[in-house]
Amino acid sequence: MQLDSLYQEIILDHYRAPHHAGLADPYDVEVHHVNPSCGDEVTLRVELDGETVKGVTHDSVGCSISQAATSVMTDLVIGKPVSEGMATYEKFLELMQGRGNVEPDEEVLEDGVAFAGVAQFPARVKCALLGWSAWRDATAQALAADQGVSNA
Amino acid sequence: MTSARTFSSPLDLQSVRADFPILSRELAGGFPLVYLDSANSSQKPRQVVQAIEDHYLKHNANVARAMHQLGAEATAAYEGGRDKVAAFIGAPNRDEIVFTKNASEALNLAAHTLGASLKPGDVVVISEMEHHSNIVPWQLACERTGATLKWFGVTEDGRLDLSNIEELLTENTKVVSLTWVSNALGTINPITEIAAKAHAVGATVVVDASQAVPQFPVDVSTLGADLLVFTGHKVVGPTGIGVLWGRYELLAGLPPFLGGGEMIEVVRMTGSTYAPPPARFEAGTPPIAQAVGLGAAVDYLSGIGMDKIAAHEHAIVEYALEGLKTVPGLKLLGPTDAKDHGGAISFELDGVHPHDVSTVLDTRGIAVRAGHHCARPVHERFGMQSSTRASFYLYTTPEEIDALVDGLGFVRKFFKVD
Repeated sequence: MQLDSLYQEIILDHYRAPHHAGLADPYDVEVHHVNPSCGDEVTLRVELDGETVKGVTHDSVGCSISQAATSVMTDLVIGKPVSEGMATYEKFLELMQGRGNVEPDEEVLEDGVAFAGVAQFPARVKCALLGWSAWRDATAQALAADQGVSNA
Repeated sequence: MTSARTFSSPLDLQSVRADFPILSRELAGGFPLVYLDSANSSQKPRQVVQAIEDHYLKHNANVARAMHQLGAEATAAYEGGRDKVAAFIGAPNRDEIVFTKNASEALNLAAHTLGASLKPGDVVVISEMEHHSNIVPWQLACERTGATLKWFGVTEDGRLDLSNIEELLTENTKVVSLTWVSNALGTINPITEIAAKAHAVGATVVVDASQAVPQFPVDVSTLGADLLVFTGHKVVGPTGIGVLWGRYELLAGLPPFLGGGEMIEVVRMTGSTYAPPPARFEAGTPPIAQAVGLGAAVDYLSGIGMDKIAAHEHAIVEYALEGLKTVPGLKLLGPTDAKDHGGAISFELDGVHPHDVSTVLDTRGIAVRAGHHCARPVHERFGMQSSTRASFYLYTTPEEIDALVDGLGFVRKFFKVD
């Protein structure tokens, strides 16, 4: 098992100084996701502007992988259409579940390619997905709420 | 690396380890396995695996209801497991041993059946250092019945805070359910002393002995508990079997837990009557091969001697505490001396998250547990989200402790916190 492939310098950089950390106002939806088996927790806020992700902020406790993945995720989705963020998630998920056999697409995943090594540590894949699951949940709720308003 | 520190154990570790083939495994990168996760699940000696294999290959059938020769053999093997477990924990009567699927089910059984007579105004007392399996079933029982859940706190040095025991134990207190040995802190609690006070107010005492029965001699006839639970896989036995011991008169007065085959006397469409204990609490086909394996496991431990195992655990814990205290930035969770300390030590390493500690140790063949160890409240008590836990058993060597201490030094270098 290659430690350096798991803990790439990019990951450690994001871990030490996570991007968009600290919950900001205003926001549309706040969610709290936990990894019950290990105790990692993330509180995450999403603000949408129509179909575009305007802002994502988070307050999380957890390991380097979960903190860094959440940080990278915010960079990847902020300012993008929701649909593009969701497509990026699919690419990231494919990489995580690929057991090291998936070639990451740097065009799409940017710093997220640093997580390629995580796929070889099955116990840590859920760490890398925690922030993403929180963002997807919050975004889906925000879209649904928006839909509710426009239908009203 | 050899240690300069002294270590003395009554066990012949080389011969013990020869019974556990998995301990000589080599892991990725050519590292020998250093298994420091026995509080999570212990390894199994050849004797246990062979007893299970022998049962399946030669005597397999259902128990009690099968009227043929194999059925009789399987029944004798299953009930033989009960006899062995009863003797192992000093139960005065073999019918006081109920087999469940694990300790969690045994605690749920206790909470359901004792909970059946709870009502608003009644109090159930647990502690802040319980495993989730001794918290959640009582929360559910209190929700169902309107009873109130209260708990002992934990002192700064990781002991039960008994300063308000008079407030917690009153005539309204019906159940006191406590862990004997904390799976997260390692603390050994004064069960007999607390049980006497609980009995004085008429409460029933339940003891979670999941981390106790593996580690030292247990005699339920003098402990003071009314019900006690533990699990097979932590006493070098198989998964899939747990034990509930109860005083017979208490068990005989409790309602059934799960309904089904073998727990009944007469079933009519208008209603049923129930078998006496232990059958009343063993609905359906029980864990037969597991009971055989558990019998072999307690035979194995008795053969070595639980007093010797306890002395070994104590020596290893003392040695490990000394070693861990030399690691800069390491903060122990719970008691920091070996007195009344079970075979699990949890700690935080400044600047490195427990998952990362565990992953880096794992790449060196060292298996520890990271997280909240199913004891989130006690982590919260100490302002921690999670911790790393090393836990030991009769096969743990001082060289393995040295490997852990060295490994933690490597972790600090890797994450550049030194």
